Amino acid sequence: MKRVQYEHSPIPYLFVAPQIIIIVIFFLWPAAQAIYQSFLLEDAFGLSSQFVWFRNYSDTIFSGAWLQAAGFTIIFSTLVTFLSLGLALLLAVKANEVIQGASTYKTLLMWAYAIAPPVAGLMGNLMFNPLIGDLYGFMNAVGFDFDHKLDPVDASFVVILISVWKQVSVNFIFFLSGLQGIPKSVNEAAMMDCNSSTRRFWTITFPLLAPTTFFLMVINITYAFFETFGIIDTTTQGAPGGATTTLVFKVFQDGFRGADIGGSSAQSVVLMVMVLALTVIQFRFIEKKVHY
Amino acid sequence: MTILERGTTMRLLPLLTAGLLTAAGPAISATDIQFWHAMGGRLGEVVEEIATKYNESQDTYNLVPTYKGGYEDTMTAGIAAFRAKQQPNIIQIFDAGAATIINAKGATIPVAELMSDFNAEDYIEGVRNFYADSDGNMIGMPFNSSTPLLYYNKDILAKAGIDTPPATWEEFEAMAPKIKEAGYQALAQSHSPWIFSENFHSRHNLQLATGNNGYDSTDVEILYNNDHMKMHWGKVKEWLDAGYYGFYGRGWGDNQDAFVQQKTAMWLGSSGSFGGLAKSAEFEFGAAELPYWKSITDEPYGTFIGGAALFAMAGKPDEENAGVADFMAFLTSPEMQYFWHKETGYVPITNAAYELAKSDGYYESTPDAEVGITQLTQRAGEWTKGYRLGFYVQIREAMYKQYDNIFSGASSVEDAFVAMEEESNALLDRFNASMN
Repeated sequence: MKRVQYEHSPIPYLFVAPQIIIIVIFFLWPAAQAIYQSFLLEDAFGLSSQFVWFRNYSDTIFSGAWLQAAGFTIIFSTLVTFLSLGLALLLAVKANEVIQGASTYKTLLMWAYAIAPPVAGLMGNLMFNPLIGDLYGFMNAVGFDFDHKLDPVDASFVVILISVWKQVSVNFIFFLSGLQGIPKSVNEAAMMDCNSSTRRFWTITFPLLAPTTFFLMVINITYAFFETFGIIDTTTQGAPGGATTTLVFKVFQDGFRGADIGGSSAQSVVLMVMVLALTVIQFRFIEKKVHY
Repeated sequence: MTILERGTTMRLLPLLTAGLLTAAGPAISATDIQFWHAMGGRLGEVVEEIATKYNESQDTYNLVPTYKGGYEDTMTAGIAAFRAKQQPNIIQIFDAGAATIINAKGATIPVAELMSDFNAEDYIEGVRNFYADSDGNMIGMPFNSSTPLLYYNKDILAKAGIDTPPATWEEFEAMAPKIKEAGYQALAQSHSPWIFSENFHSRHNLQLATGNNGYDSTDVEILYNNDHMKMHWGKVKEWLDAGYYGFYGRGWGDNQDAFVQQKTAMWLGSSGSFGGLAKSAEFEFGAAELPYWKSITDEPYGTFIGGAALFAMAGKPDEENAGVADFMAFLTSPEMQYFWHKETGYVPITNAAYELAKSDGYYESTPDAEVGITQLTQRAGEWTKGYRLGFYVQIREAMYKQYDNIFSGASSVEDAFVAMEEESNALLDRFNASMN
């Protein structure tokens, strides 16, 4: 029998190969390992190993510490995402209107982007140091009884402030380029119809920015979930009383500090499912409202 | 991160080795002994000096020390390496990780077996048992051994009209108001799980876990939720509210800084902090023993060591193991121990080294350096040899959490200890299950 042969060039496969290899090595393989480990209870050195079904999940996920971390993660991610998007949008709109010295403004607003989260955390830590910190002194001088070492709200304020500050510049760059991509003619036409710049912004500019906003929302939620780890590790380390422990930080504490590989694998699997679900929701429900 | 780190080390190793080989002269065929440690800064430099001294002392082996980050990072790196069968010959593991490595049968070779003429009696009390099994056979070789001490600012105490630092917490309570009147906080502390929990039990000879403090079994429960602990923490909370006690965060340095910057008159730290304080403090300070409650015990008991120990990892060729034994013998020689003691402030671990330091007149010129050893060699009780508890890093985390809650008033002392007990016992139960 003669089978139908199609002409296949191997070249496209070669082009996608590097990306596929990266995904397999750095995502699929570790993810599979995490799922496998999450069903095992092992001593740290892997000398004795037993299959325990869902014990790792029930031990860790129903513990008070995990639920506390989950609660904080939700509040923290929501606040960080909305605050950093809102601030960046405001700054981008204002910077876009500046005519003189525009590039100076833009550069100044952008360069925090180059700072790694742990470095941002260390800087914040210094500013909030109870002995020498300027911001710590300032907060107390203006009348707050500010004590982020013991007060959960104050500690959350510190990590949210640093996380937002770090992320605003990234969002700013995207919003600014989004704004500059809106054709001048559209704005000019709108100006003829409507005198209120606020109304023009919400009816014309903001809907046209929707694709950018949606993209940034996905990026920012991922940032708040995962990348803020470095900030928390260098500032509060999850204190006081576990009030600023995010889920990722807990995975790190249990797995990398505490050598509980099964427990932290189970937590990462749950986290992975959560972020996956969140992304699916975003694409299915929110993206429908976005017009490209 | 770990992949990157390991990558860099792998690339650097040949360079390092080459450097050391040329430094060591004709040692071309020397067997490399990999040594992973957690000693950064000045301590790391001293470790490098020890390695150089060792490599110069003989031609058979070449010790290659590698800094792997903090205690937890080093342990994680060692675990990952062992699982990948790339383990070093020697790894430094800290006190809270002792149960993890010692209970993993087959991960290490006990030093008592490895070293030919090993005698536990050579090691000072308080050091001898911490890294040993329940029969007293040493598994890990105590390396950087420290014990909690009270440091005091002589100027501030003089201003407050106090001649001697407090020996008991009762004395402390009497002098704290005077210090406050003089315009200072009385006390701060770094590492409350270590000082105000683990060593609190040793100092008063109280049991801290079932199963012989965890030495006999992994099927154990924690006993921190006891009346003495609750009394103590109730007092600490009172001191905090009265302005006698300062809490500058959970970081070790945050609280030490408060002492260095003269916010607080006294600070509870480690005997290993001595060298650092001597450099940074611009005032006269002294070291005293960890206070105890006269209401619990008339005379105090000795504390046990903190810090870390060196473990010989299993699965290496015999000739390398012989090198590990040779290095450990070198390291525990009185001369090297005295060098380490003088350079870092960590205590010497053998009686011979202690005698050498004494006969050299070291404690006449620096009496404060002896306080840690005197405290470690104070009378021993049933519960002063240490503890061996699994997932102890997480248990310490639970303790930090509840101490925060006590300080902030988020929970009462009573509730905090119940919560800590529950969380700790759940962790111990998990650890026990992982061992079977």
